[in-house]
Amino acid sequence: MVVKIPPNMNTGLKIALTPLVMFLVVGCSEQVDPNEPVGFIQIKGSDTIVNAAQKVAEEFMKDYPHIFVAITGGGSGVGIASLINKTCDVATASREMKAKEIELANKRDVYPKEFVVAYDGVAVIVNNDNPINKLTIEDLHNIYTGKVTNWKALGGKDLPIVTLSREVSSGTHMYFKEEVVQLGQKNNTEEFSTGTLLLTSSQTIVEEVVNNESAIGYLGMGYVSDRTKPLMIGKKDEFFPPDVENVLKKTYPLSRPLYFYTNGEPKGATKLFIDFTLSPKGQLQFQETGFVPIGVVIVQEN
Amino acid sequence: MFRRISEKIIESCIRLSGLLVIIFVFLIFLFLLKDSLSLFGQYAVGEFLFGRNWLPISEPPKFGIIPLLLGSIYVTVGAIVICVPFGVAAAMFIAEVAPHYLKHILKSLVEILASIPSVVLGFIGIVWLGPFLRNALNLNTGMCGLTGSLLLAFMALPTIITISEDALVSVPRTYKEAAFGLGATHWQTLWRIILPSASSGIIAAVMLGIGRVIGETMVVMMVTGNAPVIPKSILEPLRTLTATIAGEMGETVGGSEHYFALFAVGLVLFIITFMINFVADVCMRRSKK
Repeated sequence: MVVKIPPNMNTGLKIALTPLVMFLVVGCSEQVDPNEPVGFIQIKGSDTIVNAAQKVAEEFMKDYPHIFVAITGGGSGVGIASLINKTCDVATASREMKAKEIELANKRDVYPKEFVVAYDGVAVIVNNDNPINKLTIEDLHNIYTGKVTNWKALGGKDLPIVTLSREVSSGTHMYFKEEVVQLGQKNNTEEFSTGTLLLTSSQTIVEEVVNNESAIGYLGMGYVSDRTKPLMIGKKDEFFPPDVENVLKKTYPLSRPLYFYTNGEPKGATKLFIDFTLSPKGQLQFQETGFVPIGVVIVQEN
Repeated sequence: MFRRISEKIIESCIRLSGLLVIIFVFLIFLFLLKDSLSLFGQYAVGEFLFGRNWLPISEPPKFGIIPLLLGSIYVTVGAIVICVPFGVAAAMFIAEVAPHYLKHILKSLVEILASIPSVVLGFIGIVWLGPFLRNALNLNTGMCGLTGSLLLAFMALPTIITISEDALVSVPRTYKEAAFGLGATHWQTLWRIILPSASSGIIAAVMLGIGRVIGETMVVMMVTGNAPVIPKSILEPLRTLTATIAGEMGETVGGSEHYFALFAVGLVLFIITFMINFVADVCMRRSKK
């Protein structure tokens, strides 16, 4: 049983619900083995990871029926902020914690411990009717900083380019800003062009790209479907599609690790969950939701 | 004896409730002011109020609210321009023209209109109105100010209709009778006599409608594209004050500069709605006299 708690649900209500839910879960079975682990885990953070984490949690709760896992999205920034504010047990993030955030955490007696749980490619998607199939990082940079504003300049139709991005709370937004808008250069202070639309979820980006021939957007590989067209991306002349193979070989230029953060060394139920996530069974869930597992790719054969 | 005591108790309870409202508003204002002032310790007030860039997660961050303020103003003005003529006309129809049975049906339909949740309207905006406007007006994207304005106009209509209708109905009967007696037609009476007499009530309705529109969050966050740009026209994506607070609050750490900046945005919004309600109140009182 997994309950998705809406991200804007207030903390007080959540705190009030926690014992209730635990009571229900525990109360379901007549006799609980005293050695059986019991607990409640609150996970918050990246929208990119939320679906995968959801599947991991479902499998986890099959193995440990007396541990209740609640997952909410909202963006990596939301997860990290709530880890620092001590309102979640595990923060999921599609970017590394910044030095400033770790400093802030330490000030509040929170010592984040990082786990790399999977790898992901950031796919760049366009409308299926857009004739463009591949772009370089340089092209993307020019598009997102507003230096190129018409598809014609890139060999496409004579249409203005509508650039879509996630909100600033998104880890993918941060990653894309550092790697594409600022070209991975530390002292580069370029920003997304101010005309860039900041949308509240990956799904909204998909909807706008499906509806709008001029649109271009980016999102985690797990959200790619045949309703939109993922572009092949290259550094110079070689182009690669965003798929498991190219992310694993690191030939796809927009590849990144996905992280779980806990406060200090995980204990109790949280430790069981982290161990489960990193086990082959947990990794399989990441693979099935379109991400790249860490270590060896597990192939399930029927 | 017992009666007098119970009356006293009830009276003081009512007085307490009245006072509590004042205290709550005052406390909210103090709370916003306190956290906003923390921002101005670290960030210049002038740059906040007149800055042309909103880049909260850059190094160093920029918190200029001009694009957000303009975004809110554009969307609100657009919505008001669209809904005031419709709203007042509908109120005139309900108050003076419609036959009795239709009056009741229309009134309850307006109430139903008021109860549509804003997320539902936002959803309609994303999947239907946005793409429709993009094709109809040949825009780059349907996620623009106009989409937001249209949906907000829809949301403000019930407020404007109900209050304008009240104002029109409360115009003394004698005015109407005098006009008819002088040989004026129904339309002349309505346009030249009743409408001007009810004007301060209608202005109050419009002000309350503005208050409703400028504070609305969900719809604008879903359909206006949220680009923090200084909008050239209402046909471009824009970002409002409310959407900024809602979109960014989740990721801020309590006590950070960004967190305080959002409170300062909240304070600006509070002051705007306060002033609008104040003007509405003054108009309302004048119309009662």
